[in-house]
Amino acid sequence: MLSIKNLHAQVDDTDILKGVDLEIKPGEIHAIMGPNGSGKSTLANVLAGRDDYTVTAGEILFEGQNLADMAPEERACAGLFLAFQYPVEIPGVNNIYLLKAALNAIRKSRGEDALDAVEFMKLVRERMKLVKLNEDLLNRSVNEGFSGGEKKRNEIFQMAVLEPKLAILDETDSGLDIDALKIVAEGVNAMRSPERSMILVTHYQRLLDYIKPDHVHVLADGKIIKSGDEQLAKELEERGYEWVKQEAAAA
Amino acid sequence: MATQSHDVEALIKKRYEHGFHTDIETDTVPPGLDEDVICLISNKKHEPDWLLQWRLEAFRAWQKMKTPTWQHIKHAPIDYQAISYYSAPKSKDDAPQSLDEVDPKLLETYEKLGIPLHEQKMLAGVAVDAVFDSVSVATTFKEKLHEAGVIFCSFSEAVQNHPDLVKQYLGSVVPQGDNFFAALNSAVFTDGSFVYIPKGVKCPMELSTYFRINAMNTGQFERTLIVADEGSQVSYLEGCTAPQRDENQLHAAVVELVALDDANIKYSTVQNWYPGDENGVGGIYNFVTKRGDARGNNSRISWTQVETGSAITWKYPSCILRGDNSVGEFYSVAVTSNWQQADTGTKMIHLGKNTKSTIVSKGISAMHGDQAYRGLVRIAPTATNARNYTQCDSLLMGDQCGAHTFPYMEVRNNSAKVEHEATTSKIGEDQLFYCRSRGITEEDAVNMIVNGFCKDVFKELPMEFAVEAQKLLGVTLEGAVG
Repeated sequence: MLSIKNLHAQVDDTDILKGVDLEIKPGEIHAIMGPNGSGKSTLANVLAGRDDYTVTAGEILFEGQNLADMAPEERACAGLFLAFQYPVEIPGVNNIYLLKAALNAIRKSRGEDALDAVEFMKLVRERMKLVKLNEDLLNRSVNEGFSGGEKKRNEIFQMAVLEPKLAILDETDSGLDIDALKIVAEGVNAMRSPERSMILVTHYQRLLDYIKPDHVHVLADGKIIKSGDEQLAKELEERGYEWVKQEAAAA
Repeated sequence: MATQSHDVEALIKKRYEHGFHTDIETDTVPPGLDEDVICLISNKKHEPDWLLQWRLEAFRAWQKMKTPTWQHIKHAPIDYQAISYYSAPKSKDDAPQSLDEVDPKLLETYEKLGIPLHEQKMLAGVAVDAVFDSVSVATTFKEKLHEAGVIFCSFSEAVQNHPDLVKQYLGSVVPQGDNFFAALNSAVFTDGSFVYIPKGVKCPMELSTYFRINAMNTGQFERTLIVADEGSQVSYLEGCTAPQRDENQLHAAVVELVALDDANIKYSTVQNWYPGDENGVGGIYNFVTKRGDARGNNSRISWTQVETGSAITWKYPSCILRGDNSVGEFYSVAVTSNWQQADTGTKMIHLGKNTKSTIVSKGISAMHGDQAYRGLVRIAPTATNARNYTQCDSLLMGDQCGAHTFPYMEVRNNSAKVEHEATTSKIGEDQLFYCRSRGITEEDAVNMIVNGFCKDVFKELPMEFAVEAQKLLGVTLEGAVG
């Protein structure tokens, strides 16, 4: 599904990623953990194609396609989705209008007909339930006046409607209380399937209590320095990141 | 980032879609302006003597005036003697009685613009008084309006058929010597529209005029006068496009609105005149005086404008809130791209008690576009309990454009409540990336964000205009990012 080889990337001429390797197969959930400033969010943004993030070396293949050659919207149409850490507000643009435009753009790229209003609303009502999204958020401006938890739920709701092949969840757990975290996690779990892969970018092991990852990676100073399973996340929770760094330095 | 803005600039450089020139024989007087030219115009139009004298008074006032320099715009001096002040399309008959008699080339021009007249006749609910250069050539839907007692005709016809009404109201809102360009217009105006809605009548359809400038070097001086008698209602739509050309063209129109007791006038404009090319060559100079007099108690005047065209726009649709409980509104979207300049805004003059005004101005600048919002809210000592709310937002695309806000407030009554809110923001990379990461193209994303920004104004437009305005904005700002 996703193959990252020796990825180097810069933001504002500063090297942030310094040789990341990662292989993700269909249906797998990978958690990427690491201390602040280790490059986790940079990796998420590079994958989604944010403008000021420059790939300086290495390659990213998504289902055989070279991602670096693709515009953000082309990546989305190919099946990539980024749930933002800080979803932006867009005044005057109806939440549901944006989502319909997005879904139909993606369908069009696949050669499918646009959904009409009735079909679309049916899908929306069904997927809203997954994250218990309040109905009046549908017709508000995108993220405007949403609480932190509502913003994150809205991201997962969008994911549920757009049905990506690979979803990158950038610190979706940050700023959520325990109840909201459970709701978001349930939504994510409902979206798990043998065809859909996910990358969970997170600081804390907490999220992984609710969404069980297949693999856990530690990203530090722009490189993956240790990989393991769920157990690794628990160990990090207990012992912090320093020992992994020291171990990596010794090796 | 740098390459990004280059891409963006390439995208904005979309050519003006309505750029073509119809080869048509015109009856044009040689360039230059003196009292003889004014007599000639008046004579050609078979005007009564009082109107000729009125024009000459305006001309004499204009001669003593200087071009205003306070506005935030730059242009080379205009040579008023190099302009031809009269141009009329020639037809076999002096006044065509039906579309069959209209020059086929003229009709072709309208077809290119997407407003074929023979189809417009069938367009339920919209009457069109089409202005080609300076003379109205066709007016439709007259009969239905006639039944309701509504007068909707070209200004020239009104002078012939309703001289008393014209004489009573002409210049009563914008006097001849009001300002430099209004004085020039008063001296040389050739045609325009006249509307009179009788007492208690709700105009049965929206009234619409398409203006179009054509002949080379011909300044166009429109005069519009709308009078809504007691308890009447009217919604008037004005929209314009112009052929591409290199010569700068002066357009100095005057629009006067009069609302008597309990009357309601809604005036909507979509303005898309040729803005000049990507080097700032050519384009229309749009120096317009628009003013409404809410003369009667409980009257209401509402201006809504979407300004995307012209090289230079200089206009301040204003309301004089004379009647007690009268209401004035101004909703504006102004776009400046390439080298366009705009100094626009409104004036709300509160004279009556319990008068209310609302100003919502949305400015969008891209490329080298530069614009200023200039607004005056004046609360006179007589205006007890006056209220004003002003919201003034600017959106910038790229780093070479500009936005300026000049709000003036003069409050001379302690019971007044005046609120002003202003914001300036850049179109967010974050907003664009968010939309694109959902599969939406950059162009569509810009469109969506800009239309969202303008939503408060668009919702004030009549439905068909709102759709047109959104499309126009999309064309004007395709791919604009900063």
